Amino acid sequence: MVKLTIDNQEVEVPDGTTVLEAAKELKINIPTLCYNQRLKPYGGCRMCLVEKSIPNSPRPPELIVSCAYPAENGALITTNSERVVKGRKFVIELLFAKCPDSDAIKDLAKEYGVNNNDPTDVVANYLLNRANSNNTNHTKCVLCGLCTRVCAELVGMSAISFSGRGSKRKIKTPFEKISATCIGCGACAYLCPTKAIKIEEAS
Amino acid sequence: MKTENQIEIIDLEELKNEILSKRSLDQPTVIIAGGTCGFASGALEVIDAFRDELKKQNLDGEVVMKVTGCHGFCAIEPALIINPGNIFYSGVSAEDVGEIISETIINKKVIERLLYTDPDTGEKILHEEDIPFYKKQTRRLLANNTRIDPLNIEDYIAIDGYFALEKALSMGPDKILEVIKASGIRGRGGAGFPTNIKWEMTKKAQGDEKYIVCNADEGDPGAFMDRSILEGSPHSVIEGMTIGGFTIGARVGYIYIRKEYPLAIEHLRKALEQAHEYGFLGENILGTDFSFDIEIVRGAGAFICGEETNLLKSIEGAIVEARTKPPFPAIKGLWDSPTVLNNVKTLVSIPLIINNGAEWYSGIGTNTSKGTIIFALVGKVKNSGLIEVPMGMTLREIIYDIGGGIARGKKFKAVQTGGPSGGCLPESLLDMPVDYESLTKAGTIMGSGGMIVMDENTCMVEVARYFLTFTQDESCGKCTPCREGTKHMLDILTGITKGEGHEEDIAVLESMGSLIIDVSLCGLGKTAPKPALSTIKYFRDEYIEHIRNKKCPAKVCKALIKFSISEDKCTGCHLCFRNCPTQAVVGEAKKVHSITQEKCIKCGICHESCRFDAVRIE
Repeated sequence: MVKLTIDNQEVEVPDGTTVLEAAKELKINIPTLCYNQRLKPYGGCRMCLVEKSIPNSPRPPELIVSCAYPAENGALITTNSERVVKGRKFVIELLFAKCPDSDAIKDLAKEYGVNNNDPTDVVANYLLNRANSNNTNHTKCVLCGLCTRVCAELVGMSAISFSGRGSKRKIKTPFEKISATCIGCGACAYLCPTKAIKIEEAS
Repeated sequence: MKTENQIEIIDLEELKNEILSKRSLDQPTVIIAGGTCGFASGALEVIDAFRDELKKQNLDGEVVMKVTGCHGFCAIEPALIINPGNIFYSGVSAEDVGEIISETIINKKVIERLLYTDPDTGEKILHEEDIPFYKKQTRRLLANNTRIDPLNIEDYIAIDGYFALEKALSMGPDKILEVIKASGIRGRGGAGFPTNIKWEMTKKAQGDEKYIVCNADEGDPGAFMDRSILEGSPHSVIEGMTIGGFTIGARVGYIYIRKEYPLAIEHLRKALEQAHEYGFLGENILGTDFSFDIEIVRGAGAFICGEETNLLKSIEGAIVEARTKPPFPAIKGLWDSPTVLNNVKTLVSIPLIINNGAEWYSGIGTNTSKGTIIFALVGKVKNSGLIEVPMGMTLREIIYDIGGGIARGKKFKAVQTGGPSGGCLPESLLDMPVDYESLTKAGTIMGSGGMIVMDENTCMVEVARYFLTFTQDESCGKCTPCREGTKHMLDILTGITKGEGHEEDIAVLESMGSLIIDVSLCGLGKTAPKPALSTIKYFRDEYIEHIRNKKCPAKVCKALIKFSISEDKCTGCHLCFRNCPTQAVVGEAKKVHSITQEKCIKCGICHESCRFDAVRIE
């Protein structure tokens, strides 16, 4: 068992428990996007950031992703410090600039006050401008990878996968043809947080 | 040495003496600098010429020819040393070979023309080590590159090769760790993590299998020190890895090397075969119960694979994506087993530390950064090549004393360390000592040792844009800030270089850069904004000039410059007219020319070709 403190509350959890799961024990809500309890921790979207410090350690406090980070003995976790909120807001702004038409992202943006025009927040203003521009690269997919992971880990088919690197990264079927291994179970569309996947009958 | 499954246990000391007894110091020897850079500059032709000529003159039994790795001073290759006499010739071509044999080898006369000339004093220099480029260096890890034929294991044994392995096997893991700890060595991949802690964590970790992995995925543009070591002394890497494997309790090691290094891979392959033959690898190494083997894994050249969690994924054959640490590879690495990952330079340091002792290693360097550090000194310096210096040497000493200063009489502007995700430092920081802490404090990183020198004709906004293009393209794309954030930064920088920048752009770049560093998953995202942040920090005026006045002070950004022809200088020689690819230059021969701006694509060919300095850039 390991003992840690989250937002001033102590909690004891079995070895290997993630910080996110430990926070759940305390009914502390941490927003997530690419997380699903049935899938392996991924840590890609960075929504579930929290701040971790170890008292009397030479290591300065650091931002960690709670969904993938194991609970450590003696760790002090803050889920809503200024640094955490700033980092999380930045992630939402980046996703909003990419997916301004997604309801899920719009809701998150609202919750984190992304639309409130603060003239001193230059990054937010820049990214809001990008969201409102006629950018043809706008999409609904946030590249959280829930679809590819459920297909690989639970369905066992790997009918879709990531392709490309960096900003060219996309979710694709092999060679962009109708996937030969897709069984049409719809798990990917069901899990997609932004409803970016539509199921159609292949003709 | 090997008879079927039985390996005769060799006595290394005896073997060394036997090898040395066959060799005579008086025997004429030609040592030719090889390696990829040497071969590219014509060493292969020189080698062929020597082989043919020696045969023709019936000297092939008398004169020994030895092809070593790269000697480091790449700019003056093909280069060779003649022994006895330790005579160093540079800029040698195949045509010189006949004369070298008849004059220097047979008649023992020095050919003045082939000696290196000090560009400052005009003095001819006879010995390689007296050349200013080498004089201030302390070549330890690179030493073998001038001493041995990398394809001949006997050469390595003759200079105490595999002696450290034998010693380490008798010391046992705990004693080895003590020595490594006392040496103070920190990982040479760039992050500077203490090697002993990494090894100790892996040794203590629970696991049936453990692995040691050599990171030879040298992906930084302009860095080639790992390649040079792998090509010039592959047995050092094997020996270091085997000692590491013994210490942590591994039975298998992997060398992850990029496919773009065919010569290094070939040398490693042959070295592995030889090490097997001699019983330095395989079952019951040197008669002990320790068995260990090494496999080569070739990478496909993605920059991100140099990051440890990605590298391990690549060995496993999975899609390359960074993963969150912990668990660290020392606990859960390759195939979820405890794994040590070390850079090539870290591993080749190990045999040296075991042989010479911890104090020998820690005797040079600074308080927190011990030993020597290798840089690929490139860019606008006179002497470019691989250098090895004690930690703590100042940037000025490196650039001016070793690098010979800025080429073509230009002025120094900036130096970048740490590859594409390192920062650019200005002249005011040249007296800063080079160690892990100082570089980090100044806003850059040690990285794997690239050092790019820039002169006054470099636009710092363009430099930041260029490096961000690289890192953004090489980002794996898994985490939001690195994938999306660096793209936005790149868009802003591109806008500035096109004259489309806004007043608030600098503030956006600064805030976004520090957010990306704070929130990103792996080392790539955590360092990618550094070129932009450091150039803003030290060259802010240049950004402002681009944004406010739409001017590029270094006259590099194409959208912000204009080519024109000065009436009083143009002689009407017609050269620019002929060279212009878009017929933008107009004018009759012997009359003053002019440039039609609408047609000009700003390629700069007119400026480069004009012999009268008549083409202006505004």
